Amino acid sequence: MFLNKITIAGAFIVLGSTAMAGCGISSGNVKILSNDFPAIQSVTAAASACSGNGVSVEANLTKDHKDIMVAALTANPAQYTSVITSNSTLVTLMNDGLVRPLDALVAKHGAGLNPSQMITVDGKIMAVAFGANAQHLFSRSDILNKAGVSSIPTTYEGVLEAAKAITSAGLMDYPVALNTKAGWNLGEEFVNMYMGTGADFFKPGTAEVAVNNDHGVATLNMLKSLVAYSNPDYLTYDSNATQAEWEAGNLALATMWGTRGGAVLDDEGSTEQVSSNTVLTGAPTWGNNARPASTLWWDGISISANISDADAEASFIAMMNGISSDVIKANNSDTVWLGVGYTPGPAQAGVSATAADGAAPYPMLPFMGTLHGALGAEISDFLQGNESAEQALADIEAAYTAAAKEKGFLQ
Amino acid sequence: MSEIIHRRPWSLNTLIFVFVFCWIIAAGFPFVWTMWGSFKVQGDFFSKADWAYAISGVRTQVETGGAFTGDGYFGAWITRSFWVAALNTMIVVVSVVIISLSLGTLGGYALARSGKKYAFYLLMLALVFRAMPHITLVSGYLLPFFEWNLWGHLPTAIIVMVAINQPFTLWMLHSFFLNIPKDLDESAMVDGCSRFQAFRHVIVPVMWPGVITTGLFSFLLAYNDFTVTATLLSQSNQTMVPKIASFLGTTQTEGNVMFAVAAVVSATAPLFVLVLFFQRQIVSGLTSGAVKG
Amino acid sequence: MKNRTFFWFILPSLMTMILFIALPIGSIFIQSFHIEHGAVLKEVNNCGPFGCKLEVQVDVKASEQLKNDKPLGKFNGFGTYTNRNHLAVNEVSEAWEKSPTFKDFLTKTYNLPFYRALAFTLTYTFVVTPMVLLLGFGIALGVNSLPKQFKGPTIFVSLLPMIVTPLIGSLILFWMIDAEGILGSMLQWFFEDPNLSLKASPTLTWIMLIIYGIWHSAPFAFIVFYAGLQTVPMDTIEAAMIDGASRWERTRYVVLPHLVPLIVFILLIQLMDNFRVFEPIVGFSAQASATSLSWIIFNDLAGGEGSFFGSAGATSVLTILGVAVLLIPVLIRTWRDFKGKVV
Repeated sequence: MFLNKITIAGAFIVLGSTAMAGCGISSGNVKILSNDFPAIQSVTAAASACSGNGVSVEANLTKDHKDIMVAALTANPAQYTSVITSNSTLVTLMNDGLVRPLDALVAKHGAGLNPSQMITVDGKIMAVAFGANAQHLFSRSDILNKAGVSSIPTTYEGVLEAAKAITSAGLMDYPVALNTKAGWNLGEEFVNMYMGTGADFFKPGTAEVAVNNDHGVATLNMLKSLVAYSNPDYLTYDSNATQAEWEAGNLALATMWGTRGGAVLDDEGSTEQVSSNTVLTGAPTWGNNARPASTLWWDGISISANISDADAEASFIAMMNGISSDVIKANNSDTVWLGVGYTPGPAQAGVSATAADGAAPYPMLPFMGTLHGALGAEISDFLQGNESAEQALADIEAAYTAAAKEKGFLQ
Repeated sequence: MSEIIHRRPWSLNTLIFVFVFCWIIAAGFPFVWTMWGSFKVQGDFFSKADWAYAISGVRTQVETGGAFTGDGYFGAWITRSFWVAALNTMIVVVSVVIISLSLGTLGGYALARSGKKYAFYLLMLALVFRAMPHITLVSGYLLPFFEWNLWGHLPTAIIVMVAINQPFTLWMLHSFFLNIPKDLDESAMVDGCSRFQAFRHVIVPVMWPGVITTGLFSFLLAYNDFTVTATLLSQSNQTMVPKIASFLGTTQTEGNVMFAVAAVVSATAPLFVLVLFFQRQIVSGLTSGAVKG
Repeated sequence: MKNRTFFWFILPSLMTMILFIALPIGSIFIQSFHIEHGAVLKEVNNCGPFGCKLEVQVDVKASEQLKNDKPLGKFNGFGTYTNRNHLAVNEVSEAWEKSPTFKDFLTKTYNLPFYRALAFTLTYTFVVTPMVLLLGFGIALGVNSLPKQFKGPTIFVSLLPMIVTPLIGSLILFWMIDAEGILGSMLQWFFEDPNLSLKASPTLTWIMLIIYGIWHSAPFAFIVFYAGLQTVPMDTIEAAMIDGASRWERTRYVVLPHLVPLIVFILLIQLMDNFRVFEPIVGFSAQASATSLSWIIFNDLAGGEGSFFGSAGATSVLTILGVAVLLIPVLIRTWRDFKGKVV
């Protein structure tokens, strides 16, 4: 109790001084580029509060941040001083050496951070993570009960059985949904499912793709069995569509992003029946493997390489203000926060369970994005029944190889 | 034309009316639907349960207490300051139309009146220029614009849109100028005018129908453009279309989608006035009898 | 017109085009012959909130010098053009040799991304373009014969498909044609098939995209034709009427010839725009069933992590070539008109 009071008093003092001296930045330009979703909006809004007294803070939140990111940071001085990155975008920036190591800044201004928030590459801190996300299972307990399924499935084989029970009981025609929109989403589903086999995507130490094997065939077949229980429109289902379907009560079992949990459980957009019976659990495993078929993602802060040290420091302080424990407390349900001050809530139970079950992070490999693109483009033919799994995997390998040669990853 | 209408057989008249009516329904229905739906909540307008919710407003009743709600408009215009974007769009659109047409009328006139081979090759070259997908061009600019600190400002987006639109403007105005008889300006030149004076005093007064139609297309291009404005403008300088896209965000937050719908409906209102005005211009410009093919 | 005068008249227009179109095209052309330098890879230990792992990273320092010396990358000639993701020369010739039937060859070729995109692009272009011309002409004739007080509102409504920004337009339409949306439900009711879904089958997706294309572009043809109809010489029409020409004959022999330059113009623009079809594919999430050349370019530049500039450049150059081939008949006509012009 006593300790608590001290923390609160401390927070109050910090808060007080922030308001007085613009987060303790004397001068500098802070320009933030990032994706656009609720957790990031909270972070950038808090960081923007540091402006004034010779400090300017500007944020550009856009879905298309990936398209301008590399060009914006290649310029010298860079257009943006800080980019909010994730597993995949950080690698893209590091491939061209566009972000700077943060060790000195963390030592100086990062006192309140958890050690687990540091993203270190080759011993150097390249980003400070603040939020985690993963796809996991959403289930409707009422529908499962009616279909005679006693417990929430923990494996995809269990999901298939439950789906069969639901359809044969005539409760729903298409009880299952995954984010299977052709392109990035579908590629991500393959990555998730393949992760569940425990196999590697590439031959160790090289950029040569290694999905054209039995694991790949099994992964594709599992995806095909699942989409057999999905609405025929499944190749157009992105995360917005699956959420809408869920809230309309058309689904009983879905793999969706953890960040959707809050919106699904709240009272907006769906009936009491749906939201009160929605259960969030960790991502299922499959094929007698222990690792959940999902990938863990983080969102974190990186600082540009091509800017002055003063601006870098100002940006880092502003961003630390953006992910401070006050911000976390005020926006607790936005995401699974990684910093101090976060209290896990019901909306994030699925992500926490997925991480606790030992899911692996999305690989931070320079050529993972290239493979992801090839996966997203080539799988749909197989799912639609136009070609065999072997042919689809051969296509993936060929498409990846051609693209990786252009990128210089393969000679 | 009215005396022709009276002389038309009733069967043909009916046919014409039915055809135009069908087209009007096809063209207008999605918009009317959107306008009606913009006063509902997302759960109705994008209802996965039953499309009829969008008409009756079941969820709107539950969530707001009435069958209609202005939340979308309030959210877009007041909370998220859509008016700034509207202002930016106005600046961009007016500049693009004026600059495009000024450059285009001069160029199009020259191309229409020159019989030299190079004029033809220039026209062809303009076509090749136009064949390039915008996204390729824009991603080509990105790095130099960042390097020279030109990125993010309205003038940059304006000049890029003028340039991208120039081939179309040249071709269209060239076609219209071909329809204006050469004797008009040439007789002026015989009377001692220079080429530019002939253009200024003889051609300009009769060129408006073509210019207005071309201007309409420049207007639409600038008004609707997403590729250029979304990639080349910073958030504080956003025009309406990228602003609407930002209402949707990466993950569509409940309620914000209706901001976008409301914004789209508001963005179309000024066009109504504009089209009515432009329609009168075309007809009045032509009935004066200056142009006869 | 004198060369000098011509030059001054065209100069401002030409300058903007050279700066913002010709230069980028030039750089894209050069870029398409290059690929990135070979990346030097090293294994490092990566740690994060979810534990540590030994992973491969790019050794930026190792290739920094090379990158600075040759910023364009490694010269690759036509390598990018002929690789599997573009013209796929090896794959196509292999398919040709190994396929027992021609149909089998077509199936194998259709499995390659470039040819798949080309198939949709060409179908779309050759269906939408003539339909747009016809529909646009029909609407223009129809609106032109309406009583004056109806013309303004009719023109406004007719322009709506073109005006409403495709971004939101497609969001709303996409929802309307959903199996649960108003149009989707009506189609199900009309065809008495409760499982009918426009989004599920590739054929229906193609039809949907094509209908959207016609709907979206018809206003363009309409407004150009409508403007053209205002300039039809009334005295010629009256003369034709005195000669006893029927309504159809007057349209066929007086109105149409007068509109020929406009038809050529619309044809030109529409062929080009339809060949670059892109927005509806994104808007309708149709990429599983239909892709186009422009969509491939978009996907290379903005689809995923990092951009493939060489690849996008190569597809862009191929798109320009495709447009040039399509336009040859129109261009020959323009050339004849041009030579026929008395100067």
